[in-house]
Amino acid sequence: MPVKRAEKTPMPVRDPEVRAHDFKEVNDGYTIFHAAFEAERCLRCQDPVCVEGCPVGIPIPDFIHAVAIGDMAGAARILRGANPLPAICGRVCPQETQCEERCSLGTRLVPVAIGHLERFVADWERTQAPAAPLRPTRPKKIAVIGSGPSGLVCAGELARLGYPVTVYEALHAPGGVLRYGIPEFRLPKAILDWEIGVLKGLGVEIVCNVVIGKTLPLDDLFSRLGYTVVFVGTGAGLPQFLGISGEDLNGVMSANEFLTRVNLMRAYDFPETDTPVNVGKRVAVIGAGNTAMDAARTALRMGAEEAMIVYRRSEKEMSARVEEYGHAIEEGVRFHWLTSPLEVVGSADGWVTGLRCQKMQLGEPDRSGRARPVPIPGEEVTIPLDNVVLAIGTTPNPLLTRTTSGLLTTKEGCLVADEETGRTPKPLVFAGGDAVTGAATVILAAGAGKRAAHAIDEALAARG
Amino acid sequence: MARIVEARRLTPVTKLFRLDAPLIAAAAKAGQFVMLRVREGGERIPLTIADYDRAAGTLTIVVQEVGATTKRVCALEAGDEILDVVGPLGTPVDIAPGGHACAVGGGFGSAALLCLMKELRARGDTTTAIVGARNKDLLILTDELRAICTSVEICTDDGSAGFKGFVTQRLAQLIAGEGPGRPDTVVAIGPMVMLRAIAETTREAKVKTLVSLDPLMVDGTGMCGGCRVIVGGQTLFACVDGPIFDAHEVDFAVGMRRSKQYVRQEKEAVERLACAATPALVEAR
Repeated sequence: MPVKRAEKTPMPVRDPEVRAHDFKEVNDGYTIFHAAFEAERCLRCQDPVCVEGCPVGIPIPDFIHAVAIGDMAGAARILRGANPLPAICGRVCPQETQCEERCSLGTRLVPVAIGHLERFVADWERTQAPAAPLRPTRPKKIAVIGSGPSGLVCAGELARLGYPVTVYEALHAPGGVLRYGIPEFRLPKAILDWEIGVLKGLGVEIVCNVVIGKTLPLDDLFSRLGYTVVFVGTGAGLPQFLGISGEDLNGVMSANEFLTRVNLMRAYDFPETDTPVNVGKRVAVIGAGNTAMDAARTALRMGAEEAMIVYRRSEKEMSARVEEYGHAIEEGVRFHWLTSPLEVVGSADGWVTGLRCQKMQLGEPDRSGRARPVPIPGEEVTIPLDNVVLAIGTTPNPLLTRTTSGLLTTKEGCLVADEETGRTPKPLVFAGGDAVTGAATVILAAGAGKRAAHAIDEALAARG
Repeated sequence: MARIVEARRLTPVTKLFRLDAPLIAAAAKAGQFVMLRVREGGERIPLTIADYDRAAGTLTIVVQEVGATTKRVCALEAGDEILDVVGPLGTPVDIAPGGHACAVGGGFGSAALLCLMKELRARGDTTTAIVGARNKDLLILTDELRAICTSVEICTDDGSAGFKGFVTQRLAQLIAGEGPGRPDTVVAIGPMVMLRAIAETTREAKVKTLVSLDPLMVDGTGMCGGCRVIVGGQTLFACVDGPIFDAHEVDFAVGMRRSKQYVRQEKEAVERLACAATPALVEAR
C-alpha cells in the first residue's frame, strides 16, 4: 500500500562550498533506504498519467513498485526495457516538467521523485555483472550518424531488435553533447562510458573520427558500405553569437567552446592534458538555460572568483531546470536579470574588460507567450569582466545537409522529418533529436531516437 | 588510429609524414585539413593536407615543431600510430579553371602547395609556385614542386638560393610581368603575417587572392566557434566556411590577435615538455 508522505525524499548532495571547487558529481544519489522509502509514495494509479509525460514511455509505476518490494533486478529490467540510457536520463532529464509534473500526487502533495529513483536503479545495475553480449540476428545493416542521445538510443533499440548497427561519430570519443557539453559534476564520464559499454554489449559498433558528409558522403553508406537504413542524429552543434560589437575580443567564447575545452578536452587538468582554457577572475555567461548554468558553474570550478548569469528576461522566463538553478545559487553564481548585453568592451590589446548592458523591464507577452523585455530608457550598466561566454543557443550543423542531396531543411536549418517516425523526404533516411527540433533536451532526443528505431523496424518489415 | 608509413625530416624543425588513411585520402581535396591528436588527454590540432594518394590510400602532412603537440608529433617515426586523425575538413579551394594560378608557400606552408598544384595542373591550368624561406637549408619540397608545376620560383631572405628577398617581392615582380608573368589567381598558405603581406601586394593590382587561414580550433567541425574570423565584415567559421577566404576581405588584425589567445599556456606546455625531455617524447611514441 502507498504510504502518504507530503514531501519527497531529498536527494543527498555534496556541500556547495566544497563541490564548487571540484568536478566530482554534485548529487550523491539515493541509498537503497532512500529509494525504498520514496518508492512507497507512488500511488500505482490505474491510469498512470506520469507515463504520458515520459518521451520514452517508461512504465514508471511498474519499476517503482519493483523498487518498493526490493526487486532491484526487476526494476532495472523494466527501466532498461524502455530506455537505453537510464543512468544518464536519471541525472539530466527535466522530470519536473515531464513525468513528475503529471504525477497524481502532485495535485495535493509533492510528486514522487521519479528521476531520483530512475537514477538509483540505473546505478544499482552498474554494480551488477554485465548482461551476456547480444549478437545481431537480422541481415539488414543500419548506420547511425552521431553518437549523441538520439543516435545512441536509436542504435540501442535497433540492436535489441536484432539489427547490426554502426554509429559514426565525428569526434574522437562517443557521446556527443553528453561528452562535450554536460559537465562531469552533473554527468560523470564514467556513467556515460558505462552506458555506452552496455550498448556495445547489445552489439552496437561505434566508429569515431568519421565525419559523414566529409570523410564519407551519406550516400556511400548505402552504395559502398551496404547499409539499408541511415538514421541522422547530428545534433544542434553550431553556436549562435549575438552579433554585438566586441564579440571577436580575446576572452569571448561560445558555451560550446568553453564546455568542450573543459569537458571533452579536459582543460581542468592542463598542463597534464594539452588543451588550455582562459578563465579570468570575473566571468559572465549570457543566457539562462541549462547550458548557461553549466558554463557558470564550470567557470567557478575553473577558478573564477565570480561567475554570473546575464539574462535579458527575468528569473521567471529562464529555461534552466529548477534543480540546476538551485545548485548554481548554492554554489555562488550571481544573477543579473533584465540585463541585455549591448557591447563587449575591451582593452587596447584586445582582451575583454567588461560588458555594457541595457537594463530592461517586462512588457507585454511576445509570440513565445513570455513577457517581452523592453529597455528602460537611459539605464545602462557596464559590468567589469575578464571573460564573456555566450550560451544563447545553437543551430543545427549544416555540414551534412550541405553535402547530401535529397534532405530538406527548414529556414532555421533544421532537418525536415516526420515527428512521429523520423522519416525524412530522402528514402530510407530517418532523423531525430536536435538536428530536427533545434536545441532541446537529452530526453526529447532520446524519445525521437526510440520512435525512429521502431519506425525503421516497421519500414524494414514492410519491405520484407 | 592512423599508421605512419613514411616519416622524413625535411629541416631541423619540419617533418613530413605519410599516413595510412584510405578514407581521408579518398575524399581529400586541396585546401582541406585534418585534425589530429597524438595522446590521451592530447589536444586536437588542425593540419593542412599537403598531399594525398588515393590509389595507395595515404595522406601526406608536414608538421613544424612549434608547440608541445607538434613536437610530440615530430618525435614519431614510420610504423608508429597517430591516435586520432579525422578529415578531410573544411571547404576545398575553388579556382576558375583555365588560368594562371600562382600558389605562394611560406615556411612549412609550401608543403600544402603539392596537392593544389597537382589538381590544377591535371586540369590544364598554368601553375607557378613561389616558395620562400630564410635560407636554402630551410626550403622544403622544391624538387617535388618542380616535378608538378609549370614553374617554381625560389626566394630566400639571404639569397642563398633563388631570388634574394621575400615571396611578396617576387610576387610583385610576377604581377608586373616578369618571369612566368601575371597570375589570374594567387593562393597563399603560410603564417598570417605573410598572408597579410600577400594580400597587400595583390590588392592594388586587383589580382584575385585566396588565403588559407589557420586560426585556433578545438573540434574543427563547426561546433565550437573558436576559429571564427571576420571576412568582409561577417563572422565566419574557418573550419566549415573556410579555411580558404578572399584575402582582400579578411580582417588580419583581429585574426592575428585572436590566434595569440593561448601563447602563455603554449609556452608553458613547451617548457614542461622540454623539462621532461626524452621521457615525454618516448612516451609519445
